Amino acid sequence: MVDARGMVRRRLGLRLWLSGGWLVLLALAALLAPWIAPHNPLEQDLFTSRLPPFWMAGAEPGYWLGTDSLGRDVLSRIIHGARVALIVALIAGTATMLIGATLGLIAGYYRGWADMVISRLIDIWMAFPPVLFAILLIAVLGTGLTSVIIAIVVIDWTRFARVVRAEAMAQGAMDYVASAQVAGQRRLGIMLREILPNVLPTIGVLLTLEMGIAVIVEAILSFVNLSISSDDPTWGGMIAEGRTALHRSWWVLVFPLIALFLTVLSFSQLGEGLKDRFDPVLR
Amino acid sequence: MLARRILTRLLTTLVTLLGVSIVVFVVIRVVPGNPIAMMLPPGATPADIERLNALYGFDRSILAQYFIWLGGVVQGDFGTSIQTRQPVLGLVLGRLPATLELAIMALVIAVVIGGFLALTGTRLRGTATEGAIDVGNGMALSVPVFLWGLVLILLFGVLWPVFNISGRISPHLVQEFHTRFFLFESVLRLRFDLWLDLMRHMLMPALALAIPLAAIIGQLLKQSLKETMHLDYVTLARTKGYGENHVIVREALRNAILPTLTLIGVQFTFLIGGTVIIERLFSYEGLGNMAIDAVINRDLPLIQGIVIIFALLFTVINLIVDMLYTVLNPRLRHG
Repeated sequence: MVDARGMVRRRLGLRLWLSGGWLVLLALAALLAPWIAPHNPLEQDLFTSRLPPFWMAGAEPGYWLGTDSLGRDVLSRIIHGARVALIVALIAGTATMLIGATLGLIAGYYRGWADMVISRLIDIWMAFPPVLFAILLIAVLGTGLTSVIIAIVVIDWTRFARVVRAEAMAQGAMDYVASAQVAGQRRLGIMLREILPNVLPTIGVLLTLEMGIAVIVEAILSFVNLSISSDDPTWGGMIAEGRTALHRSWWVLVFPLIALFLTVLSFSQLGEGLKDRFDPVLR
Repeated sequence: MLARRILTRLLTTLVTLLGVSIVVFVVIRVVPGNPIAMMLPPGATPADIERLNALYGFDRSILAQYFIWLGGVVQGDFGTSIQTRQPVLGLVLGRLPATLELAIMALVIAVVIGGFLALTGTRLRGTATEGAIDVGNGMALSVPVFLWGLVLILLFGVLWPVFNISGRISPHLVQEFHTRFFLFESVLRLRFDLWLDLMRHMLMPALALAIPLAAIIGQLLKQSLKETMHLDYVTLARTKGYGENHVIVREALRNAILPTLTLIGVQFTFLIGGTVIIERLFSYEGLGNMAIDAVINRDLPLIQGIVIIFALLFTVINLIVDMLYTVLNPRLRHG
């Protein structure tokens, strides 16, 4: 009997290519934004306000995805918004990984009082709703891209720390670590040369997932107007504007939403795909 | 043994709460330059500043300040809102029922949908339907509630506008209530007109919150069910001539459900965390929406109160789930 379930799954082998493709496209759009965006994303023109996308009646050539209430080109704002999204994904994702994975490694391998302190910290952090914690930090730090990145790192390091701690603990109990100890290697050396390489695939998967989370957190913060200044194009800011004028110009909300949706989905599918590849049980 | 476990757990909870208070204190009072300036309403006189300085001990050491602050918080003194000049505790408790009702409604929806998916997937295991359920669950999990909320707004607020996508209730009905638990009260008083209006507002935000949890429940419960289906006693029931539906629901489910129950407990705190942005998205008048307004108005005492209430709620839920797990799990009970 053919397992029909397996066929549905196998067709999704495509997902790595699709999600990777979208992210490459996005990165190119972000890099080349000033050259490929058809308009200046900040340029207001009340004569071209609320133009619909190209296939609808009343559309103007050159404004493919329509314009918002101030006459700004939606496509150009999405392309420029990709810059903020990807900057936050890269910087916040990497910084979160460095801090979280380091603490997780130390807690999981050295155990003892270091583990106790780090685990208690994780417990304390888990008592805060992430979005609320983020806006609390923004309230204190002030708005701006740096604050957004700091907030993400401060909140999300526990994601890495928890998983890496458990992995390092499992690796630390294995024979190869014991033989390295017998061979007289120093503990720091064992942690970096023996444990870390084995935990690295997990860290890679987490990093991909974290980038997706960073993009969504930035979008949420710019949605509530607590990210960068509200004139600068961000997907979250566009969605917030679209939400208020939903019945008059739905496209202001729908197109940035699609961009955000695809990006978050791509990061998480990439992470899941990597997990399948690296997970020896599944392979 | 059991008593010692519970005692240890209570102690770690206390340590966690103490840690929470330190984090909140550090973020709110130490990081910003001048805490007094943030607590004062505009147009405060020098005498007011003097009075506040003495009250909060700002002329004393930071440790002394912390204990003065903690003493107040423990007694329920969360300070006064800058925006409304009312005590923070009252404001926060006034909004808490709205958020709790939303979270519990979402939990119920998640259990119903997740349970249905798991049972259907088990019944039709090995077919394309099960594959579709797996893929759908995977999608539902990788998209955060913020995006689900927006999708629901587009679908049921614009394309097919059958639900309200703003607010908790139609404004003219608010005066009908005696308590803040609108939904609960409407059911108890058998006022189904009010109940219907509340549901029209609540269903979409609750569904958005429920989707990821429903997917997790669907995945885990289906997995446990499929494992249980191979056990001897299930085979025995089958040989007795019971139909597949009976075997799944009456026999397998009872043994497969424990891991899912534990998971629901843990995931419930994540769901509550999601209310913050979902309330904003649907203009639902709960705690999360209030928190975002408070940040925009730089009303630090109010934010502090909301953060503490949420942290308390999370810690207590985690404690209850752990306790239940300890008591229910026979291996730990006799261990």
